[in-house]
Amino acid sequence: MLSNNVYIIGAGETKYGELWDKSLRNLAVEAGLKAIENAGIYSKDIDAIYGANGLAGTINEQENIGALIADFSGLSNEGIPSIRVEASTASGGAALREAYLSIKSGEYNVVVVGGVEKMTDIHGSDIIEKMSSILDREWEAFYGATPAAMAAIIARKYMHDFNVEKEALAMVPVNDHLNASKNLNAQYHNKLTLKQAMDAIPVAEPLNLMDCSPVSDGAAAVVLASEEYMKRNKKEGIKIIGSAIAQDYLSVGSRDSIYTLKSTKLAAEKAFRRANVKRDDISFVELHDSFSIYALLELEDLGFVEKGKAKELVYDEIKTGGRIPVNPSGGLKAKGDPYGAVGVGQVVEAYLQLNEKAGERQIKNAKYALLHNMAGTGTSSVIHILEGY
Amino acid sequence: MTELSRIWRETEYRYNLIGYKCKNCNRTYFPPRDICPYCHRESIGKMEKFKLSGNGEITSYSIVHESSSAFKRQVPYVMALIKLNEGPVITAQIVDCDPDNVEIGKKVHMAFRKIREDGTNGIIEYGYKFKLA
Repeated sequence: MLSNNVYIIGAGETKYGELWDKSLRNLAVEAGLKAIENAGIYSKDIDAIYGANGLAGTINEQENIGALIADFSGLSNEGIPSIRVEASTASGGAALREAYLSIKSGEYNVVVVGGVEKMTDIHGSDIIEKMSSILDREWEAFYGATPAAMAAIIARKYMHDFNVEKEALAMVPVNDHLNASKNLNAQYHNKLTLKQAMDAIPVAEPLNLMDCSPVSDGAAAVVLASEEYMKRNKKEGIKIIGSAIAQDYLSVGSRDSIYTLKSTKLAAEKAFRRANVKRDDISFVELHDSFSIYALLELEDLGFVEKGKAKELVYDEIKTGGRIPVNPSGGLKAKGDPYGAVGVGQVVEAYLQLNEKAGERQIKNAKYALLHNMAGTGTSSVIHILEGY
Repeated sequence: MTELSRIWRETEYRYNLIGYKCKNCNRTYFPPRDICPYCHRESIGKMEKFKLSGNGEITSYSIVHESSSAFKRQVPYVMALIKLNEGPVITAQIVDCDPDNVEIGKKVHMAFRKIREDGTNGIIEYGYKFKLA
């Protein structure tokens, strides 16, 4: 029989932030080595590497990321296969899923999944230009749309149709900052008051600076292993019990409903079905809240609350200890948003939480984690459900 | 510097607001696409150019303060989704008005405008924006 289960046996990440002294390759290698050490494996054990990255071609003028990662991790002599997975800001989740499938297929036993983004080597309107390439460049970005502008357009319509106050959106960064204040690897450690979140300078109205994730550098890596490997080495690990990905139209305007993340809905249905768990079983979620509005839409489209009702969750229920704790890591707003690393970084957080090693931000009795990694304005969603011991 | 051909090949659509109509199901699309996402194979060879009226209404909008380099001189500007009378929803700026007068549901029509410049020596790119009707 083919081994069916896939386990996470190690995880590591760099700090997220403006890391002026670290290059793209420094970050990738640092995270990869931490994960490998944490897993207690050696280079001879690695069957393949899947490296997630969103924008190195445009930001760092470096493609061929698979070779770069393998080479500077010192793995070129062995000829270990290493390829880049690109699915915009969902590259990390997509790489995790490709690695998961490669083990499920029976081809590999031990696979390293990395994610890296080095974004602060350019700044200001130039980085906004590069980041806008995650939209439809010819028919959205060409006319002046930015990721923030598209999120803001969605936010205004959502607030209008469901009578939601801006305050409900502001609760998302308030929660993220509170959680990140307990995460040493997070980009920001300052707590944010609701007033500060409401009064920040506008970026794309109705969204302000505190509704938008920052520009970040960072990398994360995890090691996946097959059931066969686990048995042979008498190891225990966190199990991936659900994995799914779905797509939507590239342009927001092409979708039937601009505030329904269809890719998230579809991927969630598949992932929950495969994992055979209920929404109520989930101990915490890591959401792709690159913009505050998305956290509300995601809670709805993941099925935790009806459309238009996320405002009932954001004040208290998303806190640690609430009904559905959101982003114990600090989320994209406060842990940081290094595009290709985000989805892998979510796994690192889940790995810590499910092993009860998350320190001050530990979720009590964490058993099931849901990780939601999304591309662009919702063009792809990757969902993983993990099971602890 | 952007090669002229990249701009030139889209000018027909951008200058005249030409989309496509699927002759199998009669749905209209903008921007142009070769395959109808409802009819799939049945639409091959049946997608025809279709001139849109340029009239529509505002689905939603944002006032943009932080832009990419090409739009730095235009901030703050209004970026909107506009539902055209023929059905497609288009992403475009709303101009020639005080942003405070823009509202969800207001009627707009197309205006031909300069969109952006490719640096100081590159091509000046033109296309559609929208004005309050």
